[in-house]
Amino acid sequence: MSTLRYRDAVRAAMIEEMERDERVFLVGEEVGHYQGAYKVSEGMLERFGPKRVIDAPITESGFTGISIGAAMVGLRPIVEYMTWNFSAVAFDQILNNAAKIRQMSGGQFSVPIVLRAPNASARQVGSQHSHAMEHFYAQVPGLKVLAPATPADAKGMLKSAIRDEDPVLFMESETLYNVKGEVPDDPELLVPMGVANVAREGKDVTIIAWSRLTHVSLEAAAALEKEGISAEVIDLRSIRPLDEEAIVKSVRKTHRAVVAYEGWPFGGVGAEISDRIQRLAFDDLDAPVLRVSTLDYPMPYNAKLEQHVIPSVPRILEAVNQVLYRS
Amino acid sequence: MTTLDTSDELHLKLYRQMFLIRRFEEEAARAYAQGKIGGFLHLYIGQEAIAVGAHAAMRQDDYMLTTYRDHGLALARGMAPRAAMAELFGKVTGCSKGLGGSMHFFDREHNMLGGYGIVGGHIPIGVGTAFASKYRGEDRVSMVFFGEGAVSIGDFHEGMSLASLWRLPVVFVCENNEYAMGTPISRTLSVADVSQKALGYGMARERFAAESVIHVRDRLRAIVDRVRETSEPTLVEIQTYRFRGHSMSDPGKYRTKEELEERKRKDVVLRARVELEEKGQSEALERIEKEVEDEVTDAIRFAEESPEPGPEILAPTTYTGAFAR
Ligand SMILES: Cc1ncc(C[n+]2csc(CCOP(=O)(O)OP(=O)(O)O)c2C)c(N)n1
Ligand SMILES: [Mg+2]
Repeated sequence: MSTLRYRDAVRAAMIEEMERDERVFLVGEEVGHYQGAYKVSEGMLERFGPKRVIDAPITESGFTGISIGAAMVGLRPIVEYMTWNFSAVAFDQILNNAAKIRQMSGGQFSVPIVLRAPNASARQVGSQHSHAMEHFYAQVPGLKVLAPATPADAKGMLKSAIRDEDPVLFMESETLYNVKGEVPDDPELLVPMGVANVAREGKDVTIIAWSRLTHVSLEAAAALEKEGISAEVIDLRSIRPLDEEAIVKSVRKTHRAVVAYEGWPFGGVGAEISDRIQRLAFDDLDAPVLRVSTLDYPMPYNAKLEQHVIPSVPRILEAVNQVLYRS
Repeated sequence: MTTLDTSDELHLKLYRQMFLIRRFEEEAARAYAQGKIGGFLHLYIGQEAIAVGAHAAMRQDDYMLTTYRDHGLALARGMAPRAAMAELFGKVTGCSKGLGGSMHFFDREHNMLGGYGIVGGHIPIGVGTAFASKYRGEDRVSMVFFGEGAVSIGDFHEGMSLASLWRLPVVFVCENNEYAMGTPISRTLSVADVSQKALGYGMARERFAAESVIHVRDRLRAIVDRVRETSEPTLVEIQTYRFRGHSMSDPGKYRTKEELEERKRKDVVLRARVELEEKGQSEALERIEKEVEDEVTDAIRFAEESPEPGPEILAPTTYTGAFAR
């Protein structure tokens, strides 16, 4: 075990996989000479050279497409976007090519590619730079979407993603990069996709979250404990595939569920989870499933308004109280 | 052709605008360090001659828009420093009511059609404003600014292609400050001459350095006049340099101190000052600088004292009409 920051855990996964498999390379803006916009790829250019750590101009659609092409014929690209917001420029490549090539070729070609970047809000960066993009991508069959909350999961899941045969979208967070945690050193220790983690056990209510909101939900659970309420926190880690078994199992125990995440309330991953709970655990529910999402507005710049619209501990507590019929 | 005003009076006016931008940006940097401004802050220090010269070459009813590095253009267009600073402070008195922040300055009254955060995304929008002018039979010109880093992205090429095909009155101004974040132009483009990108679109092109604000104004005025007359777009590359990091979080390790010092010796604001001094305008300069200092101090105070927007502002700024739930 080593104590690593999230950003170092992501880097460790990339380094280990690049050492293991020479087909793996990293491409993106400022990943090389600048050492990464958020220093995730620090030292990697020096270690692997410019053939495998490739600085690209501001051409998201171009280098995503090039990486998809390279993946079709045997390479294993890791594409870094400066943030997931900018993947929107490459949306067509991801939607129409990465996700579809396998099916439209009748299974002849697969696209083993990893797209990774920080996602969602990052403190006052405004409406064009604060998108929670997992909701857009998780809708697309052919893609996998991961959003780990801890350094250990970041490392173990990124390694799984790099070894996977299909396109995997890996969502990090600027607000998590400095979070520290214990991370296994064993380079063969992978964290599988599609398996949620019970981040905290409880019996009265289930809070389902991923990425940064896992930590916010754990804070909420600690506050609830002081009021005598035992909250179970499920850290999904993997959004697609989704571990519905873990969700259902928890709800069968607690009979109440709150989903907490960044992203708008109209549709999205939270709505998907609510749908599965009501379909698969209807008889076990004692209250409607509630969602604590970003409010239904583009992200405002003003700091207080930003805090107002993104999900917070008080808003999670409010939802928990509602499903528990407490006031 | 319009005859060009070359009086000291005009030069002083342009110097004033540049000095205002310079001092505004310096105070914004200070407020950022004090935690009064959040998010990203991209300063225009070093590039002032371009926005000011461009504004002087345009009419107030012409459309202008730019990137996230937008304070300079907004102030040059005539945005009140109060509204600009209050926006940075996230106040409701800001030009975008505290909702946009540094990267998204908008001022409808002064035809500043915004600062945009996605590289290249605003270029077709600029072309669209020219499309509207032509559609309505008006003789407005549109000017869209972007960095040399944006020249690689698809939207730049699609915007250029359509502007040329549809003969739209738009001037594409590439502010080539040599770096896109930490990447020098030699690693973002296969050619050193950005203006060459016009050739494939059969578009007119120009290329010059922002040596002085008058020079920028003169060169752009000739271009704008031509675009207005012929409704043929032009790509203009203006060579410049930014003195600060890409944004406040950038330590700027990718360039040497010597390079930076060398470029600072060619500072357009300083040069304008020296030139005006030599022409015997010391008194006027001092008066102007005093006025600007007061204006910036007032803007800071105004920003500090202004109220913040409340949650009630969110719904009506999201939709024009009833909220679509
Ligand atoms: C599509 C997209 N990709 C990446 C970014 C992140 N980013 C913001 S500014 C910038 C560099 C732009 O450089 P340049 O166009 O030269 O303009 P300058 O900042 O020098 O004025 C990058 C990569 C972005 N905003 N949009
Ligand atoms: Mg640049």
